[in-house]
Amino acid sequence: MIATDLIGIEDLECADIELILETAERMQELGERAVKKVPTLRGRTIVNLFFEASTRTRTSFEIAGKRLSADVINFSTSGSSLSKHESILDTARTLDAMQPDLVVVRHHVAGVPKRIADELDSPVINAGDGWHEHPTQALLDMLTVKQEKGRVDGLTVAIVGDISHSRVARSNIYGFLKMGAEVRVAGPPTMLPPGIETLGVKAFTSMREALDGADVVMALRIQLERLSGSLFPSVREYSDTFGLSRATLRYAKDDAIVMHPGPVNRGVELSHDLADHRPSVILDQVRNGVALRMACLYLLAGRERAIDPAVRS
Amino acid sequence: MSNDLPQSPAADAPAPQGSPAQANVVLDDAAIRRALARISHELIERNEDLSSLYLVAVPNGGVPLARELAKNLRELGDVDVTVGILDTTLYRDDLVGRGERPRLRRTEMPSVVDERVVVLVDDVASTGRTIRAAMDALMDFGRPRSVQVVALVDRGHRELPIRIDYVGKNIPTHATDNVLLEGEGGDLDGPLRVVVVTPSRTGRDGA
Repeated sequence: MIATDLIGIEDLECADIELILETAERMQELGERAVKKVPTLRGRTIVNLFFEASTRTRTSFEIAGKRLSADVINFSTSGSSLSKHESILDTARTLDAMQPDLVVVRHHVAGVPKRIADELDSPVINAGDGWHEHPTQALLDMLTVKQEKGRVDGLTVAIVGDISHSRVARSNIYGFLKMGAEVRVAGPPTMLPPGIETLGVKAFTSMREALDGADVVMALRIQLERLSGSLFPSVREYSDTFGLSRATLRYAKDDAIVMHPGPVNRGVELSHDLADHRPSVILDQVRNGVALRMACLYLLAGRERAIDPAVRS
Repeated sequence: MSNDLPQSPAADAPAPQGSPAQANVVLDDAAIRRALARISHELIERNEDLSSLYLVAVPNGGVPLARELAKNLRELGDVDVTVGILDTTLYRDDLVGRGERPRLRRTEMPSVVDERVVVLVDDVASTGRTIRAAMDALMDFGRPRSVQVVALVDRGHRELPIRIDYVGKNIPTHATDNVLLEGEGGDLDGPLRVVVVTPSRTGRDGA
């Protein structure tokens, strides 16, 4: 790994992605042991700094850190100065003074993890920033695909849903393209950002065309609370047109797998049946998330930022 | 490969240091197999209950050696000994440092270690730190009845109170030498050899 931080898949080299995935595969064996803990990060402190509600990602990072014997501290918006109008940079500087070995940041505004990384001595992992990136989600998705299909190179991956407002989609687009897959995106025209094809993906508004011959179909969560009525006429219409079910899945390859970053809106972007059964691999994604985050913590915790000493003082 | 020295995988081969390093083959494939045959006899001699043996290889170098020992024990003792692979990287004592993290190797422990006589198999023993890490890792899998250690080469320079029970060959080395088990054809599945790579010390001393 060349970089000190993990801010986005866009910044990673192919070799970095391969190293992270290989390390995660080795970490998976730990989950099978009676004692699931190794002493690797003993005495190190990892801070989960979550400015946006999250249970799954935060818990995944927390378990990952604890399995490596790190002390994991959670800062979240409720019950801390994060809700007392302290500026982000003041919060970051306060944290830095406590000398953590690694900070995991989630924020609803794109760019905040990067800004905090610039301020801190310790490495920073982006756990999701606005509509920008969610790199560990894309990495765990690639790990899941690699394990299901034996490779990523040469596969066709279709991502369906609100592409414009999805950091998961953006990170997966960068990641799967770098690893040699063909990436397609599909959704209502209001949810496809103009110029998305310049990233190297193909955009579709028809499920039949988007899924035709796909090896992997990834459904994104529709944020009902925010979007219903503005970007599509009704939830019912969305699910009729872009919802993934056994019927729509027939357009894809016979052995296609179905993925979802969770939490699932059952009956909206994914049918009940698919949410629970193969070929969906949703719980494998969650399981792989722990091993993948262990790999990221192992590779980054304690790394030192290469700062010109003159600048630092 | 012994984990005694922090190395990135690319650095498993000795790095050229200005003037060319000198590599001497100290054990060829036949010598390695003879040493393992003798060690197999010693294992039979010292362990009455061969069925409780569990050969646990430290990757990567320990793996072909443990397989060869298992094959010998099948022929000599008519017993199928379990072979496991145990990566010690996450238990190393030098991860506090600030550098690049070493690449993880695979772990495959096919049966429980409780009440087994575990024989750790490593290619090159030196400081004893890898064996210390391997013992810690092993204890997380259960409670072996006892632990013994096989090393194809003992090159000295011990830094911990670790004893190697079965040694293929003692090879005195300079601390800066690099001792490697390698495949003659590049991979560890074929014929093997042990080389001592001596960095060129020209200009540093006359000895």
